[in-house]
Amino acid sequence: MELLNALALLSNYVLVPALAYGSQLALGALGVTLVFGILRFSNFAHGDTMAFGTMVTILFTWWFQSMGIHLGPLPTALLAMPFGILFCAAYVLATDRLVYRFYRSKRSDPVIYLIASVGVMFVTNGIVRFIIGPDDQNFADGERFIIKAGEFKKLTGLSEGVSIKLSQGITVITMFIVVALLFWFLNKTRSGKSMRAYSDNEDLALLSGINPDRVVAITWILAAALATIAGTLYGLDKSFKPFTYFQLLLPIFAAAIVGGLGNPLGAIAGGFVIAFSEIMITYAYKRVIAYLVPGDWVPDGLIQLLSTDYKFAVSFVILLLVLLVRPNGIFKGTGV
Amino acid sequence: MRNLVYFLIISALIVLVGQFQSWNLALSILNLCIISAIMALGVNIQWGYAGLFNVGIMGFAALGGLAAMLISMPPVREAWSAGGLGIAGGIVALILTVLCAVFSYRKMRGTRFRTLIVVLVSVVGYFVLRSFFDPASDAIEKVNPASSGYLGGLGLPILLAWPVGGVLAGAAAWVVGKITLGLRADYLAIATLGISEIIVAMLKNEDWMTRGVKNVVGLPRPVPYEINLQQSDWFIQLAARLQTDPVTFSSIFVKICYAGLFGVVLLLVLYLSEKALRSPWGRMMRAIRDNEVSSEAMGKDVKARHLQVFVLGSMVVGIAGAMLTTLDGQLTPSSYQPLRFTFLIWVMVIVGGSGNNWGAILGGFVIWFFWIESEPMGIWLMNTLTSQMDSGSALRAHLIDSAQHMRLMTMGLILLLTLRFSPRGLIPEKNAHH
Amino acid sequence: MSFLLAQGMTGGYGSVDILHDCTIAVEAGEIAVIVGPNGAGKSTAMKAVFGMLDIHSGSVILDGEDITALSPQDRVAKGMAFVPQTNNVFPSMSVEQNLEMGAFLRRDDINKTMEEVYELFPILREKRRQNAGELSGGQRQQVAVGRALMTQPKLLMLDEPTAGVSPIVMDELFDLIIDIARTGLPILMVEQNARQALNIADKGYVLVQGRNRFTDTGQALMNDPEVRKSFLGG
Repeated sequence: MELLNALALLSNYVLVPALAYGSQLALGALGVTLVFGILRFSNFAHGDTMAFGTMVTILFTWWFQSMGIHLGPLPTALLAMPFGILFCAAYVLATDRLVYRFYRSKRSDPVIYLIASVGVMFVTNGIVRFIIGPDDQNFADGERFIIKAGEFKKLTGLSEGVSIKLSQGITVITMFIVVALLFWFLNKTRSGKSMRAYSDNEDLALLSGINPDRVVAITWILAAALATIAGTLYGLDKSFKPFTYFQLLLPIFAAAIVGGLGNPLGAIAGGFVIAFSEIMITYAYKRVIAYLVPGDWVPDGLIQLLSTDYKFAVSFVILLLVLLVRPNGIFKGTGV
Repeated sequence: MRNLVYFLIISALIVLVGQFQSWNLALSILNLCIISAIMALGVNIQWGYAGLFNVGIMGFAALGGLAAMLISMPPVREAWSAGGLGIAGGIVALILTVLCAVFSYRKMRGTRFRTLIVVLVSVVGYFVLRSFFDPASDAIEKVNPASSGYLGGLGLPILLAWPVGGVLAGAAAWVVGKITLGLRADYLAIATLGISEIIVAMLKNEDWMTRGVKNVVGLPRPVPYEINLQQSDWFIQLAARLQTDPVTFSSIFVKICYAGLFGVVLLLVLYLSEKALRSPWGRMMRAIRDNEVSSEAMGKDVKARHLQVFVLGSMVVGIAGAMLTTLDGQLTPSSYQPLRFTFLIWVMVIVGGSGNNWGAILGGFVIWFFWIESEPMGIWLMNTLTSQMDSGSALRAHLIDSAQHMRLMTMGLILLLTLRFSPRGLIPEKNAHH
Repeated sequence: MSFLLAQGMTGGYGSVDILHDCTIAVEAGEIAVIVGPNGAGKSTAMKAVFGMLDIHSGSVILDGEDITALSPQDRVAKGMAFVPQTNNVFPSMSVEQNLEMGAFLRRDDINKTMEEVYELFPILREKRRQNAGELSGGQRQQVAVGRALMTQPKLLMLDEPTAGVSPIVMDELFDLIIDIARTGLPILMVEQNARQALNIADKGYVLVQGRNRFTDTGQALMNDPEVRKSFLGG
């Protein structure tokens, strides 16, 4: 019983949140890794692209809400998300047309793309703040929980409850659907295979008649879709604030690098590695231990490895460790 | 010749601000221009000389700020007696842990459990360190939390903090550079982004050291205080001779003193950078930048040279960061924003002319000037544009309210436009091999 | 008229000309080989034929059509297939997917062509699920040629197909090239191993410093004492 309680406690505060957060990071890292695989640079604007797509989704959500359109128990944002993806894709394609295409035609050094992406990040950040403002926005509606802690306790008779927020459930399910679709696309469709071929050997792809502009455009559209979905899910789960999305860059990059830049499977694994490490290291284990050891053995402190203020340090340290030990990532990427 | 014109124009602009807005404002713009120029010089050493993309400028500047506080503030005796020993123990534990980890990493080369052992050593060390730190920092933070609650500093002259800030920043740069240089440029960029976020998080949360978001105010100054000036006879006479009001003149005088100090540092850094650029070392750096592969083939240790230049550049940024905190007279960790510190400096370097020290300085002046002046300009523009709208209109209020965000967009556009249409900047590098 | 006629090509990279009035022709159903010392512009001549290099005089005519102004991609669509010397497979894709990518531009059923490729290179059928990056050098070369054949080309161009493989594998590859030529596909190739290449060639071009030095049938060049002395090591 005590053991079950400890497990319930861990599920509630570690497992469930980490699964949701990991899914969000995985989706974000997939976008970064796809852009890296095809265009060969780390896109610093990705966090702000997420913010842009989410912002459009929020605006449509508000519009739908004002017209009385709802999805019942599900958040209206799911209905608005396709519009977010549409606008975000258009925006990202416009940045490619206006910014990156020029450097592609000149075959510029990757670091030039990095700087250009910083410029795009600035502009995107400005646009998002200009339109929706720098503050927190809450746009979740519908049911709050799939399982409430109280219901769980009643159901199982345990003294610790496990609650699963609807947003967390939606996040994980959406992640599975999106990843399945993405892998189907990359492995089974003509366009997907041409993307992989281009990422593998650009010159040979050209010799095979693969149109580079098309591959690049598809990549940007996918990246925009992944960014919008990841951003919306994160916003539903927590809240939307432009600066937070900029800060998500670090864990997302860490996830992509840990998994091996350019490797989609690695990006997903990396997302979960980062999310679980971050939450496990910043969780205070005192109450879990209290269930497992006799009363007078329970330590005074919180038994928290690191304060949550330093959660970014976790991504950072994992990133450095991977760079030290396996610079290509856990799964081999196209990096280095 | 053209370069001289650029500098004359920006000087004239500052003078115009003095004439039409106020001399006080003009001088504070000038002071921040100088600091920005020094930071831009530091980044230019990394980017222009060696092609390294550092996205952690904010962190290195923040370390400089930390140094300014640690050097200049008087020590808090009670806090030291409450937790000084524990903190010292923690620091010793930290050093020992790092030494043990590095030692086992070196000694275990080639063995299977190396990573495991190193991680184990670090984890054990971490717990030992925490067992010292936690009680100590709690005790320290309980000492007069409203006014101190931290250890204070060393009570030394704040000018000393400038080189110390450089050393702190250089040390952090060494660690990051050691790990990420030699890998893709992307990795260095991301790692520097990470370290700067962590440094600022530390400044915000380690209350025993920095008071966190409660800020440390009233850092001792290297220049006279206005109130003292206003009471000195010589100053009142000087003001009378210049026919100005002593109160206004005192704050202008203080700013001139700062400008003098900062100017000396700027000239010194510029002199050294130029000398280094022209030396065999500088030529080698540029040769490496322009063709890494062939330089490596010629037996040059590219990674070691890059590490050198990365540390040097970060030191300059650290010095500038210490100067900035000195000017502010307070350490406010929440003021360290990546867009303001990291990315704005990048705009300066790119716009000024990467690889050219004069260009970096010009970029620092120009971009800072427009960063400050774009806010009133943006608000004025929005007011004019929306003047036809109903004054109670929500959209108008929103637009005027958002004018401040316009400058982010403007800076981004300036960066993108320069990179595209004038990639060599206002003052291009001389005899560049591009 | 020849099936491929690249006549009087002059050009190079940037301002320096590497090719000077160089002419290469391939007849229908024949193997033509370009040989010559290092730095003679052999690969450059091949690239010029494929449009990867600007030529400021001369013309390239394929099957009666002037393609001088076309980009490499457009030349692929016109029926040229080019196998680069290195990096000529998609390493993280399976052999089968490599072949599929070769047929990227085709909208018809590619299974028949793939079957023909497997007939020519039985080893590829065995390894078709394996990633091309994991294959040996000789097998990888077969994947590269197979990918090119998937476009159903009218002309196959090989840039040093035997570079960096062992002598045994080299013999195998030459045999395979003869097999391909027997199907009626004209082949233009650049070779480092002049003697073996001329042995299987219907037509040989010896280039020196970007100029045609000797042009004759493979056999005649092999028997020419001057060619033997200067380029075949006696």
